[in-house]
Amino acid sequence: MTDWPILSLVIFLPTVGALFVFLVRGDARIVARNARMTALWTSLITFVLSLGIWIDFDTSTASFQFVERADWIPILGASYHLGVDGISMLFVILSTFLTPLCILASWEAIQTRVKEYMIAFLLLETFMVGMFCALDFVLFYIFFEGVLIPMFLIIGVWGGPNRVYAAFKFFLYTLTGSVLLLVAIMVIYFDAETTDIVELLKIGFDPDVQIWLWLAFFASFAVKVPMWPVHTWLPDAHVEAPTAGSVILAGILLKMGAYGFLRFSLPMLPVASDFFAPLIFTLSIIAIVYTSLVALAQEDMKKLIAYSSVAHMGFVTIGIFTVRTQGVEGAIVQMLSHGVISAALFLCVGVVYDRLHSREISRYGGLVHRMPVYAAVFMVFMLGSVGLPGTSGFVGEFLVLVGAFQVNTWLALLATTGIVLGAAYMLYLYRRVIFGELTKEDLKTMTDLSRREIAVFAPLVAATLWMGIWPEPFLDVMHASVANLIDNYEVALRAANAVTVAGR
Amino acid sequence: MIDVLPELTLILPELVLVCGAMALLMVGAFAGDRSYHSVSWVSVLVILGAGVAASATTELRTTLFGDQFVVDAFGHFMKWLVFIGSALAIVMSFGYNRREQIGRPEYPILIVFATLGMSMMISANDLIALYVGLELQSLALYVIAAIRRDSARSSEAGLKYFVLGALSSGMLLYGCSMVYGFAGSTGFETLAGLFSRTDAAPEIGVIVGLVFVIAGLAFKISAVPFHMWTPDVYQGAPTPVTAFFAIAPKVAAMALFVRVLVGPFFDLFQQWQQIVVFIAILSMVLGAFAAIWQTNIKRLLAYSSIGHVGFALVGLAAGSTDGVRGIAIYMAVYLVMTAGTFCCVLAMRQNGRMVEDLTDLAGLSRNAPLMALALAIFMFSMAGIPPLAGFFSKLYVFLAAVDAGLYTLAVIGVLTSVVAAFYYLRIVKIMYFDEPAEAFDRPMGRSLAAIVAVSSVLVVAFIAFQTPIVRAAEVAAAVLFFS
Repeated sequence: MTDWPILSLVIFLPTVGALFVFLVRGDARIVARNARMTALWTSLITFVLSLGIWIDFDTSTASFQFVERADWIPILGASYHLGVDGISMLFVILSTFLTPLCILASWEAIQTRVKEYMIAFLLLETFMVGMFCALDFVLFYIFFEGVLIPMFLIIGVWGGPNRVYAAFKFFLYTLTGSVLLLVAIMVIYFDAETTDIVELLKIGFDPDVQIWLWLAFFASFAVKVPMWPVHTWLPDAHVEAPTAGSVILAGILLKMGAYGFLRFSLPMLPVASDFFAPLIFTLSIIAIVYTSLVALAQEDMKKLIAYSSVAHMGFVTIGIFTVRTQGVEGAIVQMLSHGVISAALFLCVGVVYDRLHSREISRYGGLVHRMPVYAAVFMVFMLGSVGLPGTSGFVGEFLVLVGAFQVNTWLALLATTGIVLGAAYMLYLYRRVIFGELTKEDLKTMTDLSRREIAVFAPLVAATLWMGIWPEPFLDVMHASVANLIDNYEVALRAANAVTVAGR
Repeated sequence: MIDVLPELTLILPELVLVCGAMALLMVGAFAGDRSYHSVSWVSVLVILGAGVAASATTELRTTLFGDQFVVDAFGHFMKWLVFIGSALAIVMSFGYNRREQIGRPEYPILIVFATLGMSMMISANDLIALYVGLELQSLALYVIAAIRRDSARSSEAGLKYFVLGALSSGMLLYGCSMVYGFAGSTGFETLAGLFSRTDAAPEIGVIVGLVFVIAGLAFKISAVPFHMWTPDVYQGAPTPVTAFFAIAPKVAAMALFVRVLVGPFFDLFQQWQQIVVFIAILSMVLGAFAAIWQTNIKRLLAYSSIGHVGFALVGLAAGSTDGVRGIAIYMAVYLVMTAGTFCCVLAMRQNGRMVEDLTDLAGLSRNAPLMALALAIFMFSMAGIPPLAGFFSKLYVFLAAVDAGLYTLAVIGVLTSVVAAFYYLRIVKIMYFDEPAEAFDRPMGRSLAAIVAVSSVLVVAFIAFQTPIVRAAEVAAAVLFFS
């Protein structure tokens, strides 16, 4: 199977599916059904195909695997270059894993313009997977930015009452950051005379240039992560987006920024990364503490989870910039875990929203009496989000804290307060929604999870527990790549220091 | 005595245009208004024939008629764009002109004459030849702008265009005479040789002349601060005329602008670079901010075109082969996007009347999903969002700017593109997010639909199939810097 262009298949199969959906014609109801089925099957086949990447993945090497290469724009020297390593591979799987779940979750929630909806989701999958596989900077940028178009439409067309504002804010915020990244890519192109990421990883840039490039990268990735203080688009986008849109936003789109830090900022600009690490730590700590407190005060379930996402991504950025094995691996696990858990939490909100069309916490209470299965599922993810041992959240946060502790004890201490606060707001949310007396009339007719919903949640529960109880299969994949990343980083840093010392 | 005959074969495109136009004029004069349809189609054929004739000459660069006229790869590239733009404008106008009863044979014939003028100005290699070409083009355009003589708006647009155009021509001519007075020649070759010899700063008179020439040309490409006529003319002129104005004359004037600055005045780069940077920034900023408050789609597109000119000028500010390559690509992509967009605007009819308000597009995605999809593609592309063509056109000009060390310009440029994205997104929002308004009349005509389909496919497929056009642009740009 290795001689197949498997990455291209995984990237473009959804596009082909989207084309099929586009060509569906006829009666509105039949079109909707066919669109759903086509989208579901396409994304499921894509997922199965992508598992082939994991199975054939060689964990002993840090180099890129399943590499594909073709001439694309010879004049720029940009090529269609794909490949995955231990850092990016799992995100490809995460993307292909979440997309069918999203489509399944939207089965009944989306009743208008189903065809366009499915096309948007399939195109989104193409862009997401492509971004994690791209080994050419121009190609990367195209996938990175291309995500905006379907997401803008998903929020704007199928979103809540304030969707237009949220869609614009999302689009313009991220675009502003990204165009600066584009300028940085151009500078890199003229500096290194290539846009090939594999080549660029070997080139050391001049420290003075690194600072500027790093800031441009930061502008783009920090908005995507999102880091405090540029996180304000996230709560709006999350609240207004349809459930599946929030799932993809939280599950994949937020990871793109952190992935950018990991793939580009750290290895390409080590000196600047070292220089700016305290800035990242400070912003992350503020994000963790501040957004946790904000989450505590939320009345809207989705908004609460959105703020918790910002806090959790704060752990990720801390982990990445510790540049310790545990820290970086923890950050990756935390990203995967957050991708599963926050996605699942949004789906949990979606379940009750579909029934009552309200996200206000005070509208609920005592759901456990009517919906025991739902309560149990919600509990797993709630505890995962808190970081209870045995769930994936624990592994990620613990590793990040170990990494942070090696760098700075205060950093670790302050970050840990985030976990305490996280427990506070999540348990508080859970108590208000699930426990208590079932007093409200309309809640008394609520039905428990349907079979379709159970099918959506089962894989997510399994993934959360699997990563929590036996994370080794995941860590094993990334060991070699992370070790290589850290080695190169330290070598580059030492070399740069030697130059400065010699300069004196 | 120069042997003229071989030189005549090299200006075959212009000859085809001039003979075709005159013959059609006779037909139009004797056959009257009922010949509109046939004259239009023959005009399209004449223009395309000129394009074929342009491709027949394989010369990389030759000058003719005592260095007055130049035939080169850059000219071929730009002429092709102009010819395509003019031919599309004629095809696009069929339905509109028939409905509004302004279908007269003069219309396509004037477009052919204007095209001839554009072709001549692209190939001009002398300030006088430049002026002759420019005026031939402008005179035809003044009449076309006012072709709906019963409409006050159209007449106003024509008059405004005429007055401001005449002013700009005057400034251009004044600048030319200054240059001639101080440098002693109007020929591009001579001027280039003259400026390259002297190491010292050129005489102040030449600089003043150059500034006037730039100001005159900036009028024609509607760069800020010489843009004032654009929104009014765009809005006032009949829509097919606006479509024509937005494409062919823009491309031609841009080509001329590039040829003048990179040709005779290239050694004065120091002097004109800052002017170009200045007008590029102003155009980008004004194009982005002023369009935000527009409610009329033609007016909005006018500001959008001002912004596009600003982006293209970024390539010129770099003053390098890459920069000119970027401009050539930018204009090609601009042509495709604009043609498609205007076809959509032409299809905006309710109850037999043209509507131009943005709000008339509300809910288009449900009334006419394919048209909405195409227009959304054009809007995202104009905003420069990958993976669409508009992204690459911006990429190429900004690459040149970064290579030339113009980081500030590049950063300002990309940031204004974010501002501009706002109003492009607003159109998408109106089409996709808003509740449907009254539907448009019967979906667009077949020729319009064909243009929209082809151009949207081109915009999407540019990512994969751009190499031929980029190569052609590269050759075109290289030849300008060869001499």
